[in-house]
Amino acid sequence: MQIKDNDISARLQQQVKSAINNKKPLCIQGGKSKLFFGNRFDAELLDLSEHTGIISYEPTELCITVRAGTKLSELEALLSENNQILPFEPPHYLFKDKDGNIHDTATIGGAIATGISGPRRAYTGSARDAILGVEIINGDGEIVSFGGQVMKNVAGYDLSRLMVRSQGTLGILLSVSIKLLPKPANDLTLSFDATQDQALAVFQALRVQQLPITASVWYDNTISLRLSASEAILKTSHTRLNNFLNEKFPTLSSAKQNTDQMSFWQEIRDHTHPFFTQTDKPIWRLSVPPATQSISQTDDALAQKDDNIEPNQLIEWGGAQRWIRSRTPANIIHNLAQSHGGYASFFYNKGADDETFPALAPELFKIHQQLKRKMDPQGIFNPNKMYQGL
Amino acid sequence: MHLDSNTKDALLNQLKQIVAANYLLTSKEDLTPYECDGLSAYQRLPVAVVLPDTIEQVQKIVQACSQLKVPIVARGAGTGLSGGALPHEGGIILGLSRFNKILSIDTNNLTSVVQPGVRNLAITEAARPHGLYYAPDPSSQIACSIGGNVAENAGGVHCLKYGLTVQNIQQIKIVTIDGTLLTLGSETFDTPGYDLLALMTGSEGMLGIIVEIVVKLLPKPHAVKVLMASFDKVEDAGNAVADIIAEGIIPAGLEMMDKPAIHAAEAFAKANYPLDAAAILLCELDGDEDQLEEQVIVVEKTLKHAKASKIVIATSAEDQAKLWAGRKSAFPAVGRLSPDYYCMDGTIPRKQIAYVLQKISELSEHYDLRVANVFHAGDGNLHPLILYDANIEGELKTAERFGADILELCVKVGGSITGEHGVGHEKIDQMCVQFSPAELTQFFAVKSAFDPDSLLNPGKAIPTLHRCAELGAMHVHNGELPHPEIPRF
Ligand SMILES: Cc1cc2nc3c(=O)[nH]c(=O)nc-3n(C[C@H](O)[C@H](O)[C@H](O)COP(=O)(O)OP(=O)(O)OC[C@H]3O[C@@H](n4cnc5c(N)ncnc54)[C@H](O)[C@@H]3O)c2cc1C
Ligand SMILES: Cc1cc2nc3c(=O)[nH]c(=O)nc-3n(C[C@H](O)[C@H](O)[C@H](O)COP(=O)(O)OP(=O)(O)OC[C@H]3O[C@@H](n4cnc5c(N)ncnc54)[C@H](O)[C@@H]3O)c2cc1C
Repeated sequence: MQIKDNDISARLQQQVKSAINNKKPLCIQGGKSKLFFGNRFDAELLDLSEHTGIISYEPTELCITVRAGTKLSELEALLSENNQILPFEPPHYLFKDKDGNIHDTATIGGAIATGISGPRRAYTGSARDAILGVEIINGDGEIVSFGGQVMKNVAGYDLSRLMVRSQGTLGILLSVSIKLLPKPANDLTLSFDATQDQALAVFQALRVQQLPITASVWYDNTISLRLSASEAILKTSHTRLNNFLNEKFPTLSSAKQNTDQMSFWQEIRDHTHPFFTQTDKPIWRLSVPPATQSISQTDDALAQKDDNIEPNQLIEWGGAQRWIRSRTPANIIHNLAQSHGGYASFFYNKGADDETFPALAPELFKIHQQLKRKMDPQGIFNPNKMYQGL
Repeated sequence: MHLDSNTKDALLNQLKQIVAANYLLTSKEDLTPYECDGLSAYQRLPVAVVLPDTIEQVQKIVQACSQLKVPIVARGAGTGLSGGALPHEGGIILGLSRFNKILSIDTNNLTSVVQPGVRNLAITEAARPHGLYYAPDPSSQIACSIGGNVAENAGGVHCLKYGLTVQNIQQIKIVTIDGTLLTLGSETFDTPGYDLLALMTGSEGMLGIIVEIVVKLLPKPHAVKVLMASFDKVEDAGNAVADIIAEGIIPAGLEMMDKPAIHAAEAFAKANYPLDAAAILLCELDGDEDQLEEQVIVVEKTLKHAKASKIVIATSAEDQAKLWAGRKSAFPAVGRLSPDYYCMDGTIPRKQIAYVLQKISELSEHYDLRVANVFHAGDGNLHPLILYDANIEGELKTAERFGADILELCVKVGGSITGEHGVGHEKIDQMCVQFSPAELTQFFAVKSAFDPDSLLNPGKAIPTLHRCAELGAMHVHNGELPHPEIPRF
């Protein structure tokens, strides 16, 4: 895989410095794939997409340092050639231009700034777990680095992890160092029928089973599990899973190999699965403790307002991530998520004034504002993108 | 930096209202046990030691200190090795040892809510009956507190596969300098807003007081195997580490010891270590039986290929414990070789292990001080133990210079001055080498967002630009100081 080596940090720094001098906010843009995520705001474009290339990569160090504008698709192809993967399986989502054409343009900078993790997250960790170091342009227009390329590093505050999920509001990511994992030899997808309650019970019991599971979904009364290991281990694992189901869940049928497995997990990862595309209903992401009971059945508001004919929930991460299609008012969804010890974010089909993220407790928001003011004194990095007033 | 007597009286008066008399220590005899942490070369007496046991008490203590502008140094078990809990002469020690309860274990979500003074090992002991355990296992785990682990982002022998403290906690409650109680993180896999949980982890008591922690628990692996490989050359052992990773295997633990460490550990623990080897690697593999079988074959083959002269595979729990006993007692074992030793904690890229060990042995000759190496090879985290005698005039100073050289070497080869012990009081000067003034300024900006008057553990972890300038160790870029306008206080 040839990735274009193109360092435009000097130009980017220049643009940031003049933005600081003129107190003119910047809208940081990578691959435009996550346009929907966060609030809209007025700002001058700062385009990272040409800032590409691998700064260092030695597979035996289990670490890669890469410029922020590098496309996820190219980065993953390079890692794959070396039998390695990004542990958090970042969603690419896709950028749809005004003619309706789809582009796989997502960048690693955007993946880290939004901190969104894909199907593997429940099993091998999140974007913030994998980040080892960052190089950023800070609020003074300086290029600074935190963390590094080594697995353990506790010198100074952990500003690399702070950048993950900060939605570009604390600085411009120029390059990131990420911890890698060996790529498993093979994947096997196994599916079997289950109601939502049964699925949650199965996920619960599987948490202590030590099968080589790397992804899980429940949708349309079917559980799908992805197992990743050598051919031999996959074979014994399949048998073990069926023995386990037989013993613990005798009413369920045994798990069968699913043939179009590759495209299935990619559709789940990138939200090109029909659950996400074939609806005009608002789509919510609920992040809840994994053992949280079935949500639609405990909540009348959801059950009544939505016709239960089409499946309106897709569950991932062994129960910890639940996608809900619902026209239920935002405040009810937020309260519902909170009552289960989690939170909701508004992903798709939201109105112009709807916010993506739930409000923070006032004392917590205050510390966010103090931190933002200290790290971005002129308020130029994606202002209001994450929260109004931040 | 002593406290004037009016402020001191006012402080003690207020503290008396908050905790019972026996939990407010002020006499010299009572304060002395708190004069240092695990780095006993530095000692100071605080004005008072306060030992609360409720969050409300912590909030009130912090508010009192905040009003009177009195520095606060939090203290867990005091096992820190970088002087992080070293008292401030004009401040109090806020001891969290009475927060020693495990509040709950959730066997459905695999988490446990614990108070900060709970010992690391106590969590695993409480979780064991449920088939669960807490993964980060610093060698000090029988004594160190989970609050101290969060404050230092502690690691252990299993962090290559299972991560450091930061990857193994989900939520903390902190008391900020104005006495506010904040919940950071959540019981879910992610939380809206900034990742302040990560920011607090490893912040060495400088941003807030940790008063409650939700840790993740893992199911105990079904099976464990430990391999010990002997090498005639240190270099071969170093290369074997990279070879194992190249095979696509992430061992649960991958530790290395050099000859002096092997000899010390063998004399102490009788672990059956090979006394003629230049270095040994201990490789622990864990997981499901079938997966393990496969991995052992690959690792054994790789080690042979990497010129291991002998390989022992311990399958019984007893044999495994014996192999680990040597490694786990390496520090005290080395302690018997010499009146004092100084433990370093740099990290380096794995590929530099052989080069750095060679340089360390050259430095050892140069300074005429012996050194034993025991370390977390899998994640490139070195622990050179420099042997010295504090009773010999000047030898501590020489040991410190030797240590500083090692840390600068780590930075030079692309590593860091600390992998798990923290900067604290000890490595503050080396921070000037690792970070530029602009980077240090950014750290100060973060600090001031949480603690504008710099009352939480002042003078630790982040050096002032002034200090770096005086040292002459300033990390200068292109021959100019990026912030000529900043006062060098
Ligand atoms: C001409 C133009 C004008 C626009 N004007 C607006 C506007 O006024 N308001 C509005 O809301 N949106 C606007 N957008 C959309 C805006 O660019 C995106 O919402 C936002 O930048 C998300 O980035 P992305 O879609 O490229 O996704 P990704 O590249 O995946 O990035 C997702 C998130 O990460 C941040 N990010 C990406 N790369 C980095 C990096 N290297 N360092 C730090 N953070 C990074 C992004 O800012 C974004 O928050 C505009 C887009 C264009 C093309
Ligand atoms: C023999 C030995 C072996 C060791 N092995 C390892 C090892 O393998 N891995 C490793 O990582 N470390 C190791 N250590 C170092 C030490 O045990 C760890 O740093 C540990 O995390 C410190 O915990 P503590 O409770 O003793 O903290 P303390 O020493 O009491 O405090 C350490 C720092 O944390 C702050 N702090 C403590 N509690 C709180 C709180 N509740 N809120 C805010 N700040 C707080 C203090 O102010 C101080 O800055 C070892 C130490 C010894 C003596």
